[in-house]
Amino acid sequence: MPNWLYQRLGDRLFAAVVVLLALGVVAAALAIVAVLYFGGREAFATFGFFGFVLGRVWDAVRGQFGAWPPLLGTLITSAAALSLAFFPALSTALFVVEFSSGRLRETVAYLIDLLAALPSVVYGLWGIFVLVPLVRDHLELPLFTWAAAHAPALLPILGPPTGIGLLSATLVLALMIVPYASALARDALELVPQSQREAMYALGATRWEVIRRVVIPYARAGIFSGVVLALARALGETMAVTMLIGNSVNLPYTLFGPASTMASLIANEFTEAEDDLHLSALIAVGFVLLLIALVTNLIATWMLRRMSHGEGRR
Amino acid sequence: MAEDVRMETKDLSVYYGKHPGVRGVSLPVHDREITALIGPSGCGKTTFLRALNRMHDLNPIVRVEGQVLLDGEDIYDPGVDPVLIRRRVGMVFQRPTPFPTMNIFENVVAGLRLAGVKDRKQLQQAAERALKMAALWDEVKDRLHQPAVGLSGGQQQRLSIARALAVEPEVLLMDEPTSALDPVSTQAIEDLLTRLKENVTIVIVTHNMQQAARVSDRTAFFLDGELIEFGRTEQVFTNPKDPRTEAYITGRFG
Amino acid sequence: MNLRRRYLRDRLMQLLVYLGTLVVLIPLFFILYYVFVQGIGALNWEFFTRPPAPPGEEGGGMLPAIVGSLIVDTLALFIAAVFGIAAGILLAEYPDHPLNPVLRLVSDVMAGLPAILMGLVAFVLVVQPMGHFSGLSGSVALALIMVPIIVRTTEGVLKLIPWEITEAGLALGLPRWRVILSLVLPAARGGIVTGLMLALARGAGEAAPLIFTAFGNPFLTFNPLEPMDTLPLKLYVYAISPYEDWHRQAWGAALLLAAAIMVTNYLARRAMRS
Ligand SMILES: Nc1ncnc2c1ncn2[C@@H]1O[C@H](COP(=O)(O)OP(=O)(O)O)[C@@H](O)[C@H]1O
Ligand SMILES: [Mg+2]
Repeated sequence: MPNWLYQRLGDRLFAAVVVLLALGVVAAALAIVAVLYFGGREAFATFGFFGFVLGRVWDAVRGQFGAWPPLLGTLITSAAALSLAFFPALSTALFVVEFSSGRLRETVAYLIDLLAALPSVVYGLWGIFVLVPLVRDHLELPLFTWAAAHAPALLPILGPPTGIGLLSATLVLALMIVPYASALARDALELVPQSQREAMYALGATRWEVIRRVVIPYARAGIFSGVVLALARALGETMAVTMLIGNSVNLPYTLFGPASTMASLIANEFTEAEDDLHLSALIAVGFVLLLIALVTNLIATWMLRRMSHGEGRR
Repeated sequence: MAEDVRMETKDLSVYYGKHPGVRGVSLPVHDREITALIGPSGCGKTTFLRALNRMHDLNPIVRVEGQVLLDGEDIYDPGVDPVLIRRRVGMVFQRPTPFPTMNIFENVVAGLRLAGVKDRKQLQQAAERALKMAALWDEVKDRLHQPAVGLSGGQQQRLSIARALAVEPEVLLMDEPTSALDPVSTQAIEDLLTRLKENVTIVIVTHNMQQAARVSDRTAFFLDGELIEFGRTEQVFTNPKDPRTEAYITGRFG
Repeated sequence: MNLRRRYLRDRLMQLLVYLGTLVVLIPLFFILYYVFVQGIGALNWEFFTRPPAPPGEEGGGMLPAIVGSLIVDTLALFIAAVFGIAAGILLAEYPDHPLNPVLRLVSDVMAGLPAILMGLVAFVLVVQPMGHFSGLSGSVALALIMVPIIVRTTEGVLKLIPWEITEAGLALGLPRWRVILSLVLPAARGGIVTGLMLALARGAGEAAPLIFTAFGNPFLTFNPLEPMDTLPLKLYVYAISPYEDWHRQAWGAALLLAAAIMVTNYLARRAMRS
């Protein structure tokens, strides 16, 4: 083989293949957006974009599709799960990085990583057979009977104490995002140089003062972008929620009663969708979910860039 | 020059696990003087210095033996609070360590805020005094509320010194404070040391023998974790008693 | 001096951090405990070697789901690896290529998208044109989940390979493509394998994007053009079923899945070290 062929042509060819395959990745990303948009177009055309997104009735039998109930369900479960998960997740990360060392530190960190990798269906299974009976018998029923006797006005807010519904789904969702948020917060805390801590100790600070005034401020960009990423995860989390939320699109939702999220609605109804409009409406829900996830992710990236500072970061 | 001893170590040893970083060092630190610690790299200067304000407490593998007396009281006694000790014995590190999320002013008053000082006027006065002592005031007085990481390396190190001085420590420990700096900044910090010692007792680690000779009153020479020689700086540099000291200061090893 | 108050706060916060950690660890520990205790009872010979029994009947196993998981996941990993590694090479070895900013943004964003959306995409792009559900469509969905993980890790390890290796190769008169293929990639092998393992562990646990792609299939098949079962999918179906024996087997599937993912993650860590 002549040398120039081997050298020049080989380099060109190799680069061309690499670029082509990389273009495949970009094309896949564009395909996600395009497929969901065009797949949902029929629904958007029938109800109008905002008519669809804000429509309060989802009724497959009557061919009436409004995404507001699952959208609301998604926002409620995610926001509630995140607020439940935030302090425990930060605590766990602080425990690993600032309050423990050696064996204990490694074990807890490993356990957290392990649980972050545990599939959603496993959380769902545990939720159905362990958490739901617990929540029903020790949380919902006592509250319900109490309310029935003393504050009947609360009953429409509480809803039926069956264990399957918004509350259980939110609790499992919170449990699921804790390891994830905690691992991200831990990564951020570990990036804080030891010299920063020592400088604060040398001024006569207690451990908590070092954490509060130096460590957390230094890591704040990573912590907050981790929180936003955990939110993104919660927004799209499907299986565990589908298994626990009761899958009802009928507003109004109650605390204990069944509800649905965008992801659970798609998982639950997609294989049963009979006509094109129903299918298109489900894909349109996917498109709305995509938009929300995109915005959340971009916010996380933006935060990391804007709030980061100085050395130790890329 | 005051003659009384402010700090004193007695048979001090520091172990990293099993490995001794400092072995059996007994050294007095005289009040309002500058004591220089010299010796080849790895001889235990940093390890010794960090034992003087209980910095080693932060590292679980480190064990400290012997005594460190501050005004006659052992700082390693069980009843003694390390937070109080560090408040009295300040420290400046080899590399500048500005807190990046705080502006220049907040950096300087960080220690005072810990102590609960809230009065704006008091904080401002303290910041100005500390920055003036650290010879940084003129350069930053118009931008106190800008981020500290915007300063140059030399300025950042003087900011670290100002921050340490703002809490009015009795003793200031400095670990090669000029090793990462340019000659001009080094000069500024050396000038500042001589002015500081009117108020503060200083222990400074330096790898630079000229610097030790220029600024210090007494010099301690370390080798392999042991104190080889300690005396007045002129004596140590002109008439060392130990041949190893002589070998080191004449540049024959290390 | 207010030192007492400061210490009080220090202790109080320490207590809160410990409590917060316990609040997290206790339920998580119970999840692992239940998966192990309930699952171990279900794992028997039949579980690994038999197809499912008809609904409501006792017995039967997970063989089709186990085989299906292996096929669907391997296929997905293969698809994702081809594209993902190439994209990683472009990002790391051709840092000035105009495509890179887009590529980086795209793979970062893809990594954060809900997995179920990948199922919708595979449904429209593969299931609809083919006219029926298939293991292959499930692989495509999983590949979309895996790709960004592989891109990131590949780029990361390739950037860690010292530039001297490339220079040494070029100095020997080797063309760039030979240097990348024979020097840089082998040097980065451990890290790339780690990325593949992590991607596999991530994809292998997904059920959501498979519900309307791989769909499930009670009969054993090796043909990815037919509908296929996978462990997470079967776990889901069994968990929400009314049959007690299926619940038992769902726990078995959960244990098997958890164990497989643990092992994969462990191997990933080991590969990283080598
Ligand atoms: N964090 C540490 N862990 C283990 N060994 C250390 C640590 N810091 C220093 N040492 C060891 O202690 C000895 C003294 O080091 P050091 O005090 O840093 O010397 P110097 O400051 O004079 O260069 C050296 O042998 C060094 O290897
Ligand atoms: Mg040193």
